[in-house]
Amino acid sequence: MRNKEEKAKGALHYYLQSTSGVVGAVLVLIMVIVAICSIFGFTPYDPVEQHIEDILQGPSAHFWFGTDEFGRDVFSRTLEGMRRSLTVSITAVSLAATLGVSFGILAGYVGKWFDQLVTRVSDVFFAFPAILLALAIVASLGNDWYDTALAIGVVYTPIFIRVARGPVLTVKEMDYIKISRVLGFSSFRILRKHIFPNVFAPIVVQVALSLSWAILTESGLSFLGLGTQPPTPSLGLMVSEAQPLAAFAWWTLVFPSLFITIVVVGLNLVGDGLRDALDPARRSS
Amino acid sequence: MNFRKVLKFPGVSRTLSVLTTLFGISVFVFLVLRVIPGDSITGAFGIETGALTPQQIAELRVYYGIDKSLFMQYISWMQSFLSGKFGFAYSTGVSVSTLTKSSLPVTIELAIIGTVLGVILGIAIGMFSAKKPGSTRDFAGQLFGLLALAIPGFVLSTGIVTIMANKFHYFPNGYEYMTPWENPWMNFQQMMFPGLVLGIAVAAPVMRTTRSALLETVDKDFVRTAHGKGVPNNKVQFRHILRNSLIPIVTMTGIQFGYLLGGAVIVEKIFALPGMGRQILDAIMKREYATVQSSIMIFAIMFVLINVATDIVYRKIDPRILK
Repeated sequence: MRNKEEKAKGALHYYLQSTSGVVGAVLVLIMVIVAICSIFGFTPYDPVEQHIEDILQGPSAHFWFGTDEFGRDVFSRTLEGMRRSLTVSITAVSLAATLGVSFGILAGYVGKWFDQLVTRVSDVFFAFPAILLALAIVASLGNDWYDTALAIGVVYTPIFIRVARGPVLTVKEMDYIKISRVLGFSSFRILRKHIFPNVFAPIVVQVALSLSWAILTESGLSFLGLGTQPPTPSLGLMVSEAQPLAAFAWWTLVFPSLFITIVVVGLNLVGDGLRDALDPARRSS
Repeated sequence: MNFRKVLKFPGVSRTLSVLTTLFGISVFVFLVLRVIPGDSITGAFGIETGALTPQQIAELRVYYGIDKSLFMQYISWMQSFLSGKFGFAYSTGVSVSTLTKSSLPVTIELAIIGTVLGVILGIAIGMFSAKKPGSTRDFAGQLFGLLALAIPGFVLSTGIVTIMANKFHYFPNGYEYMTPWENPWMNFQQMMFPGLVLGIAVAAPVMRTTRSALLETVDKDFVRTAHGKGVPNNKVQFRHILRNSLIPIVTMTGIQFGYLLGGAVIVEKIFALPGMGRQILDAIMKREYATVQSSIMIFAIMFVLINVATDIVYRKIDPRILK
């Protein structure tokens, strides 16, 4: 038990030493807090409420990020949009990671025809550009947030299969696994206690990176009109609605764009930081 | 001759695996799009569908072949796909191959411009960054990589369009699209900015890969030897270091070229280019099964072929890979 604690402490210690990791964590944390504020309704205004007298107002003390062409508060809408982006991405990546890691580990461990099948099927998924596949799935499912989440989740599952399967193939031939089998441990125990820990680090890194791609895909889909439907705000949709307005009302374009960029930069930095912290070979000191 | 021996011929097992992948893709694309609720008759006739009698709807279903079993529909789609017509758009009756003949070149041109710009930009910034790791210029290079990765293509495009059109009153994409044969100068102007947006997206991962590959190669013995025997520094940079770092860069470029095809969907929409991406998007909006299916299938085939091509290029640049 003690050993485990030290190990966890070690990873955190190394993580905190990487500047990019800390900066990334702070950026992501800000966005998460912002999203949580929106869940509990701590936004200055109702995101869909129209203030008819204040149409297209610039940023001011009343409307921090200004208002759009219906007089809706851009700040409240951006927070709500961030919440939707994060909800969809987190759901999608949880789905992809759970499915992908289970299939990946099983395929690597069981081998034979099962491995063949899983690899073939994931090859098929890899043969589509992610957004195109998501586009097709969303087109057939619908526009609700869980449809988008499901589509993105399906698209990213093969990445997790690949990430999980690789290390299993190497580890499975090692002596300590063979010995565990000779000792009569059940396959489940071997998978859980001896194989999973080896796959853990690359998966954690992958989760951070996938979250950033999922946010980009989600906002891309809603930009194209295939995600969240108006008047509900979503970051991609806000950018798309700002297109004709941006020339004279820059705030309608800049703020939602800025939020997407910040959260994606943050997640990428967290991914880099995690990779350095969890991979002993990369530790500088 | 038995099956095992046939498999050993160069390219045979590769071709087989490509074919199975393509088969899987076709089944998948077919199934995903069949789940669409409202069928394509509703899509083609819009609100007028209500005016049709059940009798007429049934006849239309027979006419379009969507009354048959899924299996038969798949077979007839495949027949039409393999015959090169790719099926027909329900609403206009134009064959998907006619649509594709004009839209595919647009997307390919866009993808090539994007890749070329992205590779040049990515390798240049990667080399610039790797020269002095940890320095201010390295930081600037890496910041570029990070932002290029994080700013979505649609944000960049919208920004460019807004600034160009309103500050400089310059928006070539507002005019009708011109092919390079009709009006090369106009075509160049229309392709320049969408190509740049895609190029920046490609440059980010290429830059990161170049940087780390270069940093790894710099420490190799043969680089020290080259310096030691008095090879000019410039020549060492390109002939020894860059050449030996090319493998990961080519892999990354191959992967990115594929994703470019996806990015094209968004960029084509914003810059009003009549390419494959817009064709798919329009077809999805109009619920044109055949067009979506066949267009996505064509995309996927290109994607798979690019992966094969990447593999072949490997062997050309690195004779050490023999398999």
